[in-house]
Amino acid sequence: MVTRGFSSGRKPPTDADARIPPGQYLEQGFPVLSAGPTPRVRTEDWSFTLKHGPRPIKTWNWTEFNALPLTKMTRDIHCVTAWTKFDTAWQGVLVDDILADAGIEPPTAFTLALSFDGYTTNVPTQDLIAGKAMVALLYEGKPITPDHGGPARLLVPHLYFWKSAKWLNGLQFTERDEPGFWELRGYHIYGDPWREQRYTGDP
Amino acid sequence: MSDAPAAQSPWQTVTIARIEKRTPRVTSFFLQPSRPFAYRAGQHVDVRLTAPDGYQARRSYSIASAPEAGETIELAIERLDDGEISPFFHDIAAVGDEVELRGPLGGHFVWSDSDGGPLLLVGGGSGVVPLMAMIRHRAARRSAVPVALVFSARVWDEVIFRDELIDVHDRRDGFDLVLALTREAARRPSDYSRRVDAAMMEQSMLRLPAPPRFAFVCGSNAFVSAAAQALIDAGVPANLIRTERYGV
Ligand SMILES: Cc1cc2nc3c(=O)[nH]c(=O)nc-3n(C[C@H](O)[C@H](O)[C@H](O)COP(=O)(O)OP(=O)(O)OC[C@H]3O[C@@H](n4cnc5c(N)ncnc54)[C@H](O)[C@@H]3O)c2cc1C
Repeated sequence: MVTRGFSSGRKPPTDADARIPPGQYLEQGFPVLSAGPTPRVRTEDWSFTLKHGPRPIKTWNWTEFNALPLTKMTRDIHCVTAWTKFDTAWQGVLVDDILADAGIEPPTAFTLALSFDGYTTNVPTQDLIAGKAMVALLYEGKPITPDHGGPARLLVPHLYFWKSAKWLNGLQFTERDEPGFWELRGYHIYGDPWREQRYTGDP
Repeated sequence: MSDAPAAQSPWQTVTIARIEKRTPRVTSFFLQPSRPFAYRAGQHVDVRLTAPDGYQARRSYSIASAPEAGETIELAIERLDDGEISPFFHDIAAVGDEVELRGPLGGHFVWSDSDGGPLLLVGGGSGVVPLMAMIRHRAARRSAVPVALVFSARVWDEVIFRDELIDVHDRRDGFDLVLALTREAARRPSDYSRRVDAAMMEQSMLRLPAPPRFAFVCGSNAFVSAAAQALIDAGVPANLIRTERYGV
């Protein structure tokens, strides 16, 4: 349906077009969205725990976690509120390197990302490994600000950005695909921007 | 056996039934859905516009009307001069025009009278919109849940829904309006002429008979960050605070 009087003034150049998923627009800034107040987590108080169900496998404090191999990832990110931002530059620890340090193979096919504020989001384990995702510690070379999820956030750039949980404090392997916070509140269980899986019921 | 209905597009065409200017920069658009549209106070919709060459743009807008309001859905849209969608609504959209709408969306920033209270609502600018739906829902249900709204606007004339809010306040049935004008002197005894802060939150909570059971904060990202921090500094537990950030 064409909207009377609406023109494509903001249409991106065609070379950019191929990088913008359906229904998204290009954003230069970096908007902030979250369900509650911004937690201020001090690195002294920070820890990260890998869990299999309720059972902790390994916990790292901030110093230990920062001693893991750091990897750079520069990726386009896509927020479900319809903005896409090109070439965001992150550094952090690949989930592969976390698993290697814990000396395990992924024990189950599903994972819940856990945050300091109680937020959770579910991601299939295979979307987190093989270089696809990291626990990011730096954005554009600087510590991630609290607004953007610092000290550490998950980065799963190929899914809508709510899957990249802010204020991350753990990953929990689960036997079943358990919906997280937004997934229980009307958002898609998987969230692939290229298939426009925004809300529950999207194919 | 009848055939299963074909899968419906989540988008529906809605017609602009009425346009009402609220403040110099905010205008309400009353949309007539083409199929039944049930929602909860606090939810939002996505609006989609399509250009002749197929280019589409979409944005989210909170619903201002109460679920009980009847057929049309009210959106209150602030004009951002260099924006893409809000200037379209302000400068081009006319009664009778059609746009596409998807929703209702969002299952977190919602309240219904059965959730109880007291409620502390904190809105900045157009961030009052989903809070207005809650206040209207409370009124439509004749709910006795105590509610305080702290509403920050730059000046008196930019207080969206001002007359209606003052009317509800004047009923003295458990709703209190506190205005925080950031660029003008306060006019009502309960109002402030400064930005929201912890002291203002503490004083506003004293208007409620008991500490709030939920606090809802909505507005620009900068406003929500400041207001949520003020609530925490005023002693509101973080897990009672729900936020809706308009992103920019
Ligand atoms: C859940 C939710 C509910 C919302 N509810 C409401 C509501 O009730 N009322 C309301 O008014 N708004 C609401 N918003 C905000 C709304 O979705 C839009 O963000 C807002 O209307 C601005 O859209 P726009 O297209 O006019 O501006 P945009 O084009 O998105 O631009 C926004 C600002 O960013 C800048 N900008 C970004 N990209 C460009 C570019 N390429 N060129 C130029 N400038 C650019 C501009 O300075 C502009 O001022 C809500 C947002 C969310 C997430």
